[in-house]
Amino acid sequence: MFAALGRRAVTGIAVLVGVVTLTFVLLRLSPGDPAARLLGPSATAAQLTAQRHALGLDQPLAAQYAAWLGRFVRGDWGTSVATGRPVRALLGDAWPATVCLVGLSLLVSYLLGLAVGALQAARRGSRLDTALSVASVTLFAIPGYWLGLMLVMVFTYWARALPAFGAAGLDAELLVGSARLADRLRHLALPLATLTLIGIGGVARYVRGALLDVVAQPFVTTARAKGLPPAVVLLRHALRNALIPVLTLLGLSLPALFSGAVFVEAVFAWPGVGRVLVEGVQARDYPLVMAATTVSAALVVVGNLLADAAATWADPRTRRGRRAA
Amino acid sequence: MRRLLSDRRGSFGAVVLCLTLFVAAAAPVVTTGTPAAQPDVVGARFLPPLATDRHGGFHPLGTDRFGRDVWTRLAYGGRVSLSVSLLAVLLSVVVGVAVGAAAGYATGGLTLLLLGITDFALALPRVVLLLLLASLWPPSAALVVLVLGATGWMTIARLVHGEVRTLAARPFVESATALGAGRARVLWRHILPNALTPVIVATALAVGNAIMLEAGLSFLGLGVQPPTPSWGNMIASGRDTLVNAPWVAAAPGLALALVVVACTLLGDAIRDVYHGETGDGKRET
Repeated sequence: MFAALGRRAVTGIAVLVGVVTLTFVLLRLSPGDPAARLLGPSATAAQLTAQRHALGLDQPLAAQYAAWLGRFVRGDWGTSVATGRPVRALLGDAWPATVCLVGLSLLVSYLLGLAVGALQAARRGSRLDTALSVASVTLFAIPGYWLGLMLVMVFTYWARALPAFGAAGLDAELLVGSARLADRLRHLALPLATLTLIGIGGVARYVRGALLDVVAQPFVTTARAKGLPPAVVLLRHALRNALIPVLTLLGLSLPALFSGAVFVEAVFAWPGVGRVLVEGVQARDYPLVMAATTVSAALVVVGNLLADAAATWADPRTRRGRRAA
Repeated sequence: MRRLLSDRRGSFGAVVLCLTLFVAAAAPVVTTGTPAAQPDVVGARFLPPLATDRHGGFHPLGTDRFGRDVWTRLAYGGRVSLSVSLLAVLLSVVVGVAVGAAAGYATGGLTLLLLGITDFALALPRVVLLLLLASLWPPSAALVVLVLGATGWMTIARLVHGEVRTLAARPFVESATALGAGRARVLWRHILPNALTPVIVATALAVGNAIMLEAGLSFLGLGVQPPTPSWGNMIASGRDTLVNAPWVAAAPGLALALVVVACTLLGDAIRDVYHGETGDGKRET
């Protein structure tokens, strides 16, 4: 078990090195001279040469790459061109917000998705099954930023019930105790609902399929033949086994979930990595974009490892043998 | 084909897609005026759906803040959104099939290298990759096609790789080789045609996904640039007028959702028909 997870961790590190390399290559491929970009159009030739030297651009490519990798590993991620703040500080503020939003949405959407998918599998072919299938395909197909806007329209402008922007109110610093928590939760409600609603559709579709696969297996027939009530067969025998592919899906769906979070954060001005990335891209703030890309990749890699560990833990067959999957 | 159309999901998807393609292609016929026309900015702005302006112009979906007809912009925007997405998916399919076939039919180092690159690209959030690529060059429709194509081929490569590996071990491939067919001919004439079904399913899903992402990029201002309408930048421009004119953002979003649902259902139906199975909701993600 640990050997397999160790191998996955090595793969994860390889992915991260790949991302850092990719950002380096892309920066060099993109048109324009970084020194000219930094100094603006009025720079003289001497200033450009000096700036190129300061940035290390006059060194051979291999040396530049080594220096870039070294700086990244040491945590020196440069300064944001647009804000003048160190990139690392900007992202250090941002990543907990993203982990909170994505983590909670993952939890809620998997719990609800499991329930909906199990209900559909139990009532397979009924009107309820069809209705829920239509609903989950539709939710799956709605773009997150649009769903977010529609929720804002309903809950912020019409019902005047929930705030539409940010992670805390303007007066958040003055609030204490439960009032502060309530303010946080109210701000979390719409982004979380948007991301979760989109997630439920995909999970429910998958759970329904996985359950129907499991139900067709002989041990379920045995359980039924023993005279167990259908609900017990479904929950105790089928659902537990269907959980294994679902947990694997959890790891695989993390990149997609992150992609969704980027848009949702942009719409709701949620102060996470996605918003930092979008603002960086809009301002052509390259150091920020590169670092935000790497941090997103790192979060996905770590999430994948956790999902793998969970799937290994849930399936006794993979715990012993090395390649029992 | 007949079985596909007798499937409710398949016929719904096909009908919706055909209608959308028709409206987009026939945009000058089914609408009045041009998408960027602002005939009466003051008098005709923010008209609700089904309203008639004072010049007698009828606006089935209302007008936006410049008095532009939303229905006209939706039809012309559909042209842009659909053509960009279809071209992007075409690019992904070509790259994906090439990489998948090479990885599946080659041996040793090349396979490992290609699969390594594929898995690496699959492990990253696609939108993050999109934003990274879109930030390096000035925004344009062509860039969106390239960027969507460059980030969408991995699933297809994986699928084709798996299919080619399985098919290469089948007796008919051995027969073809025994008859003296070269490796390239075996791959092109015997293996690839048999590997196409999952590719078609993945393509249907990918089109839906590409439409959504194209709109997303345009929504963030990194894709198709106004005043050229695309569904994404229409949603973005309706964002500021959510309170007094919700239809401006709602219409393109609904159109988008409808087309994506149609693609998903059509993909599901094709897969079930070819597999001859019942409608189990399993899918590639």
